[in-house]
Amino acid sequence: MLSKEKIERIRRAAEKYRDVPAPYGEDIDLSKYKVEGGEVEINSLEDLEEEERAKLENLGIDVREERTSGSYLQINNNVVYTRAKSKVEILPISEALKKYNLEDYFWNLVEIKDKYTARVALERTGGFFIRVPKGVRETLPLQTCLLIGREYTSQNVHNIVIVEEDAELNIITGCATSPHVKSGLHLSVSEFYIKRNGKLTYTMIHDWGEKVHVRQRTGVYIEDNGVYINNYVVITPVRSIQSYPAVYCAGENSKATLQSVVYGRKKSKIDLGSKVVLSGRGSRADIVSRSIADDNSEVVARGRLVGEGEEVKGHLECKGLIISDEARLYAVPELDARRSNIELSHEAAVGKIAEEQLLYLMSRGLTEEEAVSLIIKGFLSMDLSGLPPTLAEAVKRIMDITLEGL
Amino acid sequence: MLSIENLSVKVEDRLILRDVNLNINVGEVHVLFGPNGAGKSTLINTIIGNPRYKVVEGSIYFKGKDITDMPIYERAKLGIGLAYQKPPEIPGVKLRDLLKIIARVDWEEIERMAEILKFKDFLDRDVNVGFSGGEVKRSELLQLFAQNPDFMMFDEPDSGVDVENIKLLGRIINHLLEKDRKPADRRKAGLIITHMGHILKFINVDRAHILYNGVIACSGSPEEILNTIIKYGYKRCIRCYQRRR
Repeated sequence: MLSKEKIERIRRAAEKYRDVPAPYGEDIDLSKYKVEGGEVEINSLEDLEEEERAKLENLGIDVREERTSGSYLQINNNVVYTRAKSKVEILPISEALKKYNLEDYFWNLVEIKDKYTARVALERTGGFFIRVPKGVRETLPLQTCLLIGREYTSQNVHNIVIVEEDAELNIITGCATSPHVKSGLHLSVSEFYIKRNGKLTYTMIHDWGEKVHVRQRTGVYIEDNGVYINNYVVITPVRSIQSYPAVYCAGENSKATLQSVVYGRKKSKIDLGSKVVLSGRGSRADIVSRSIADDNSEVVARGRLVGEGEEVKGHLECKGLIISDEARLYAVPELDARRSNIELSHEAAVGKIAEEQLLYLMSRGLTEEEAVSLIIKGFLSMDLSGLPPTLAEAVKRIMDITLEGL
Repeated sequence: MLSIENLSVKVEDRLILRDVNLNINVGEVHVLFGPNGAGKSTLINTIIGNPRYKVVEGSIYFKGKDITDMPIYERAKLGIGLAYQKPPEIPGVKLRDLLKIIARVDWEEIERMAEILKFKDFLDRDVNVGFSGGEVKRSELLQLFAQNPDFMMFDEPDSGVDVENIKLLGRIINHLLEKDRKPADRRKAGLIITHMGHILKFINVDRAHILYNGVIACSGSPEEILNTIIKYGYKRCIRCYQRRR
């Protein structure tokens, strides 16, 4: 439930920004992408067609749902499946809006200020609502899948996750197109709330068609002693991704870790950032990104730490490999200190694969191509801490599949 | 097994090696002495096929094949291996995975060797990342064991290694080179670079050479050569070489 005033505010903002391009990423002609519905609900993830199932499995999704605390599947703009297997509540956002008063959660961390957010606000939109009740520490991961199943479809998503006090959850999101689908547009708004002593680990793996555009808007709010860990993985070709999530470490001793692994291939244009605002006393943030620009790709790795609170600490690490002369890798690490007793630091390094490494491996009998692919795999697999073992395996598997074609 | 004829090598337009001749037969292990900058590393980098080292004259033959222009990985496939002195770090690549890729012996044997080298705990570490001097040496020996080349080169296998471990490494090198077998059963050959030669107490070396200013100034039995160096230093060698010419 939302108040009339709020609904009106959302509508007015959306109308205002309906045609306004975003500051980053290439501008997309929204009229080319239709917002349609009509997909039929399924009774189990195993009801999916064989090739779609295989695709989700490659993203680390447990299709048999043996080791999960719940599942969510959205195809295009329809929620076709939700299943809660634990105390964690999971609903389509449309139902959650009927059931709960989400006045303080809906369009609260993400602002409507470009045509993409405007479309999510104005048009038919799916999305999940996940709530972990107070004190529930769920160890099994909850999986959400967002699938585009038709060409030139605009998939709209508005997600809300609430981790109540002393609660904990691990969410894996697999984003993909059906195997035959090449084009599409994925627009998402995600608002995550981590209450006192709560913890949320959110891992997103992308595997889109080569002509898919992705625009994501994410806000995360962390209260006292709350912890947020975000892992973002994109290693298959895509037309473009632009995302710059903002995390607010508002609570005392709150902590955020954002890790991203990006492998730009073919004509991919990936503009990915992480911003953390440290305002809670003693709050901490670590931003780690690993990017590779290959073929004709363009990869931008942004990072921004804002120090506002007492005794906050943040570190930003950005490492990039540029493989091809036709590619571009642009690293933008920013530190913004607004108080004296804080500690913010960053290290950024961009370069090619060291010849010494190549020769070393080649002198062990690897061809140049084999050596390059091994170094790339190593570079990308580095430091993805906080991943549960099954997910770490999934990431490794999808990397192997991707790198096979090199 | 390895035969080098009239080899001259340039690095970035500087002539480093001049007219080097060297012949190492199956079953033999040679040692190469020489002061810093004499060209020892240049010689092994040229043999392994590092493209930064340009052969301007002469040839290298391995198992009867002219490998002078052969790419580095083909030489490795043909059976040449090198234990590096200072190998690069390969972040994110587990030693275990690299060993499996390069292995030409069974995994069980590699594990056994890792145990002998007291290196099992390092299999799940990133290759060379944060390894100490001694750990690097053990990692290199383990990789060489997995690769199982016929001709092995060791670049300063004892530098930065404590006395206790020198004995272990020396014995393993001796084993890799099959010097613990009967002469008729030996199929390997090797070339060791060392500064002072403590490790040689544990390896049966057949012949020693002194590389000085880019030339092989002197060759002989290891004891002879080592004693000469200790007694007169390297300067004596160059005089002797000039006289011979």
